[in-house]
Amino acid sequence: MKIDCLLAGVGGQGTVLASKIIAQTAMSNQFFVRTSETIGMAQRGGCVVSHVRIGAEHCSSSIPMGMADLMIGFEPAEAVRSMGFLKPAGRLLVNINPIIPVTASLGGSSYPVNDIINYLQQARNKVILVDGQKLCRVAGSPKVLNIVMLGIAIKEGLLPFSKEDVLQTIKQNLPQRMIALNSQALEVGYHFNQY
Amino acid sequence: MNTKLLMGNEAIAHGAIRAGVNVVSGYPGTPSTEVLETIARDKNRKIYVEWSVNEKVALEVAAGAAYAGARSLVTMKQVGLNVASDPLMSLAYIGVKGGMVVLVADDPGPISSQNEQDTRHFAQYAHLPIFDPSTPEEAYEMIIDAFTLSEKYGTPVLFRPTTQVCHACASVEMKADLYTNNIEGFVKDPKWVIFPRLSYQNHIKIVENEAKISEDFSASIYNRIIGNGTKGIVACGASFTDTMEVLDSINHDVKVMKISTPHPFPEGLALQFLEGLDEVLVIEELDPVVEENLLKLCGKMGLRISIKGKLTGDLAVAGKYSYEIVKNAIYQFLGRDMVSIEALVALPPLPIRPPVLCAGCPHRASFYSVKMAMKRSKEKAIFTGDIGCYTLGNAKPLDMVDTCLCMGAGITIAQGLQRAEPDSKQIAFIGDSTFFHTGIPGIINAVYNETDITVIILDNSTTAMTGHQPHPGTGKTMMGNIAEKISIENVLKGCGVSFIKKANPLQLEEAIEIVTAATNYKGISVVIFEAPCIAMSKPTHINHIKESCIGCKKCIKEIGCPAMSTNVDKVSIHPDLCYGCNLCIQICPVQAIGGDL
Repeated sequence: MKIDCLLAGVGGQGTVLASKIIAQTAMSNQFFVRTSETIGMAQRGGCVVSHVRIGAEHCSSSIPMGMADLMIGFEPAEAVRSMGFLKPAGRLLVNINPIIPVTASLGGSSYPVNDIINYLQQARNKVILVDGQKLCRVAGSPKVLNIVMLGIAIKEGLLPFSKEDVLQTIKQNLPQRMIALNSQALEVGYHFNQY
Repeated sequence: MNTKLLMGNEAIAHGAIRAGVNVVSGYPGTPSTEVLETIARDKNRKIYVEWSVNEKVALEVAAGAAYAGARSLVTMKQVGLNVASDPLMSLAYIGVKGGMVVLVADDPGPISSQNEQDTRHFAQYAHLPIFDPSTPEEAYEMIIDAFTLSEKYGTPVLFRPTTQVCHACASVEMKADLYTNNIEGFVKDPKWVIFPRLSYQNHIKIVENEAKISEDFSASIYNRIIGNGTKGIVACGASFTDTMEVLDSINHDVKVMKISTPHPFPEGLALQFLEGLDEVLVIEELDPVVEENLLKLCGKMGLRISIKGKLTGDLAVAGKYSYEIVKNAIYQFLGRDMVSIEALVALPPLPIRPPVLCAGCPHRASFYSVKMAMKRSKEKAIFTGDIGCYTLGNAKPLDMVDTCLCMGAGITIAQGLQRAEPDSKQIAFIGDSTFFHTGIPGIINAVYNETDITVIILDNSTTAMTGHQPHPGTGKTMMGNIAEKISIENVLKGCGVSFIKKANPLQLEEAIEIVTAATNYKGISVVIFEAPCIAMSKPTHINHIKESCIGCKKCIKEIGCPAMSTNVDKVSIHPDLCYGCNLCIQICPVQAIGGDL
């Protein structure tokens, strides 16, 4: 089995950690994994795109255009920016809370939030749009959007492993002081329909 | 079996540890930085690790260790090798005793570099062997062979991963066997002293060795021929995986040659590959190094084979090669029709999201205070920038970086500008780590030649851009020791600078006054702006917009802080991003910004 998963967000949203957790969990499930992402300049509030290729030994580390099985968008405009990577039948999970770049506030470029959300709603793909900010409030911190989104992805069957598998990865790879909060975030994401 | 998810740079580091490396030096530079950092975290082995002051110093430290029989590794990015090229070119003649690997990470794109130079040229120029891994797991194995080859021929060896290998992660099978290198010690011998006679003899020797290493490389497991056909594709380094992914998706007879040791070129293997071929496509990022080698070989052997690539316009001469670029080139070469991907519905307009200085970054305040000082004095000023986070000061609304060339060049470009345009003010910006790297000779030059410039040192107590590495001014070393902090002020005094003032850039009015005094000073004047990088401190409080805000947006328009945004006419401060630097408070004309302490 081969699954190509794309994560798109803004520097500081924890996209890279989310991709590491997906990759690590896939490895624990005996898959060969490749990942790649933008590091460096892009971290300073720029766009971040992480590629996770599960079961991809004889492949490049980047997903070709139109080949991603699913995309997790941490920010609506960034999800739309990366739409070209998604397969026509690829699944789409997007947080709808925009991060307005300072360039938009300065009048350099516009951020038509409604147009962007509409675009996602009307995409040919099966789409799940969530209010990540609200779910983060339930989880108790604005910094756990990445794990909340993973919880939703697991619940919706977008990734080939269980909540317990991801929890195991979190416990084995995150610092002790961050485990309780992130476990809680995973639960909130998993039960997102209740909130 | 112990399989781990490793980033390419981590895989290289673990490979070097497994090879028994004793001494590791380097200077931070994307995409190379994590190699040295990973080795420094290794608790089991007694490996000496240092961030050196610059790449020349680092390469010489590694060479000295290798003279004594240590296995040494030096790490840098591609432009760092320019700084280290003086010792490298001569070390190629002198050679080493212990295995020495010079890791130079290339950056096709470029993604975070000044240029797209190709280190494989350096290998040819210096007559040094070079490895070019295609994946993290290959790099893990390859670095060990690089050390072995270095000792076999007594030569430093170049190891050139590209960003696609450095920063990609893969499942890497970790091996338990560790090589232990016993350091014999330095043995005095005239061969370590470079003199013209010795250089002549060694020049002959290293060219002879190139022929032998070329034969070794023809038999290397990293180069191989796959498949059959009358059309051939040569795939180099990181382009190999893209090439194979494209070929795996189609059913077409084609002969592939993977090249991961481009110099000395494995001619024997290449001749075997060329046998029976009519046409060859060469897929390699950056410069047409392998393509030219094949052309030379065809010329030498009188082969009538068409070699296609960058020189024939079949592939782009610049930029990173994506899967799509590789696929297009292969389809065109094989005469296949492209299957068009179903087009997306036209995207709505998307906001531009360039990298910016972080909210609370003290550089923003430093740039703004200089901007204000120049605005008040109404003098023409040219702002020369340098390499680091603060290059981002060129973005609007700050717009305070007029030039940026290479490490340390801000101070010296300002001096040339001053000679050509003496009626303008020349103000150079440089960070603390860059100051130690190559800034100091420029300071001495300005003192010696009595050049009228102002230098602004942005001292945030770290090497921020590459991920917060320590440097001589921080008093911390990679071995965990607390060393004597080297004071920038004392260095400037020692260089003979007479106008030196320190200021906190976040105290805006005071900072503007000091900058004004510095620019009015005849001769070199230096302002050291001291304020730590926000990534190393916690926010003291968060600011918010009060009811009294008149919606003039002066705060946003003047400093462009990413924590601030506007929705229609209301300004708001994002509580997760604000660091409480208070710069906006000092700009608001109606005192409508305050903090919860």
